[in-house]
Amino acid sequence: MRAVITVIGKDAVGILAAVATKCSEHHGNVTEVTQSVLQELFAMIMVVDIQALDIPFTQFAEEMEKLGAEKHLVIHAMHEDIFNAMHTI
Amino acid sequence: MLNAKDILETITMIDEENLDIRTITMGISLLECADSDMHKLCDRVYDKITRRAEKLVVTGETIEKEFGIPIINKRISITPAAMVLASADKKDATLLAKTLERAAVTCGVNFIGGFSALVQKGFAAGDRELIAAIPEALSETEHICASVNIGSTKAGINMDAVGMMGRIIRDAAEKTAGRNCIGPAKLVVLCNAPEDNPFMAGAFHGAGEPDSVINVGVSGPGVVRAALKKAGDCDLTGVADIIKRTAFKITRMGQLVAQEASRRLGVPFGIVDLSLAPTPAVGDSVAHILEEMGLECCGACGTTAALALLNDAVKKGGVMASSHVGGLSGAFIPVTEDAGMIAAAQSGCLRIEKLEAMTAVCSVGLDMINLPGDTPAEVISALIADEAAIGMVNSKTTAVRVIPAIGKKVGEELSFGGLLGSGPIMPINTVSPARFIARGGRIPAPMQSLKN
Repeated sequence: MRAVITVIGKDAVGILAAVATKCSEHHGNVTEVTQSVLQELFAMIMVVDIQALDIPFTQFAEEMEKLGAEKHLVIHAMHEDIFNAMHTI
Repeated sequence: MLNAKDILETITMIDEENLDIRTITMGISLLECADSDMHKLCDRVYDKITRRAEKLVVTGETIEKEFGIPIINKRISITPAAMVLASADKKDATLLAKTLERAAVTCGVNFIGGFSALVQKGFAAGDRELIAAIPEALSETEHICASVNIGSTKAGINMDAVGMMGRIIRDAAEKTAGRNCIGPAKLVVLCNAPEDNPFMAGAFHGAGEPDSVINVGVSGPGVVRAALKKAGDCDLTGVADIIKRTAFKITRMGQLVAQEASRRLGVPFGIVDLSLAPTPAVGDSVAHILEEMGLECCGACGTTAALALLNDAVKKGGVMASSHVGGLSGAFIPVTEDAGMIAAAQSGCLRIEKLEAMTAVCSVGLDMINLPGDTPAEVISALIADEAAIGMVNSKTTAVRVIPAIGKKVGEELSFGGLLGSGPIMPINTVSPARFIARGGRIPAPMQSLKN
């Protein structure tokens, strides 16, 4: 089971590290990372294996959202199925 | 394979363009709750609903969090209450309404639909009692939605019921005059009512449905508008194509949520309703889609054509995205629930006559329209008859949900709050149809009914 974490906001030092640390704290294994910085806007997409998470995924998603709020970023953690459903036939 | 562009598109749709699942609606059959003792009947109804829908809200909330997609409402639809009421010796529809309200509160749902009667061909046991109790039921409860099906392509139009409903709507408004006439905002009069509709106020669980079922209604006018804006000045074939592609994506999301809810609740998946359902929020308007197509204001000449294109393209795009499509499936045009419609009605560009024409080419009908408080009951009945005739002849669902704003005149505003929104009191032609309505009887089914 995989989740997609998206991070959007103003670029700053340590964004990737903070999100990756939160993943590892809860045993989420980061399998892919893409990021781009367009002018000052930072957009990162992380695919995370959530099979071994030590907390329910809903709680993990809430923690990510909270982390985003602390760092003035918008962070979503969503089950990958939603993207597969919408964009593939 | 996932790609970054697709992922960010989904995030933008949800965060900026108001994409959401409007409702997960659990249909529950109450046919087995029949009892000649009214109190026993109510106990059975309460037990069945609260048992079946016990985990509906919590499951909806979990799916919402896991998939990151807002699910605005969790609702229940039931067997038309008049059918359940029929078995009781002493038919107390108000007691049944209070029982349903209690069940809705226990389950934590936003609405319970199905305080309904199907009288297109005539009245059966329980129908008259239920219809008579609608104004009181709506004024004394918060979560109940009522509907009455007064016509169909197969049966014609029951004009006795049409005459009755004009009075019932007025009565419901008067009983809730102190609460912005909220009563009739939860009451819809239908022709060709679908039996698997997840949207309120017309939702009920038809007699041919399984014991319980999960139906999902999607939304997303904001997403369609944004896609059209991005495309710029393409021709109308291009416009239809963009709408189809967007509707496909929206519906796929609805299908996913429906399947997940069905699996987790252990209840069969019924249908996805492919409707574009607006909300009063800015950027979530069907009228604005029509304006994005090139109309200066919704209601202008060209509105019906633009809406026909939109409605058809939504269906074509959505139908391949779901294994079962049903309900109302099309574009909704409620006035008070749509920021663009409200503005168009306020400016005088959008009038009831134009809305009536629009209902011939989209789903549903004259929806959430505020009328002057002194509109006579027979005028409301005649408006229902006109709308039912459009539905009957065109083999489509049509409906009327109008709110006589007691004590208010054209130009004033009536506000309900929440998803029901607010809007101006619209002028209506009050030249008397009284004699026509007083005739009663049944308008015979049209030639279109003879398809066999």
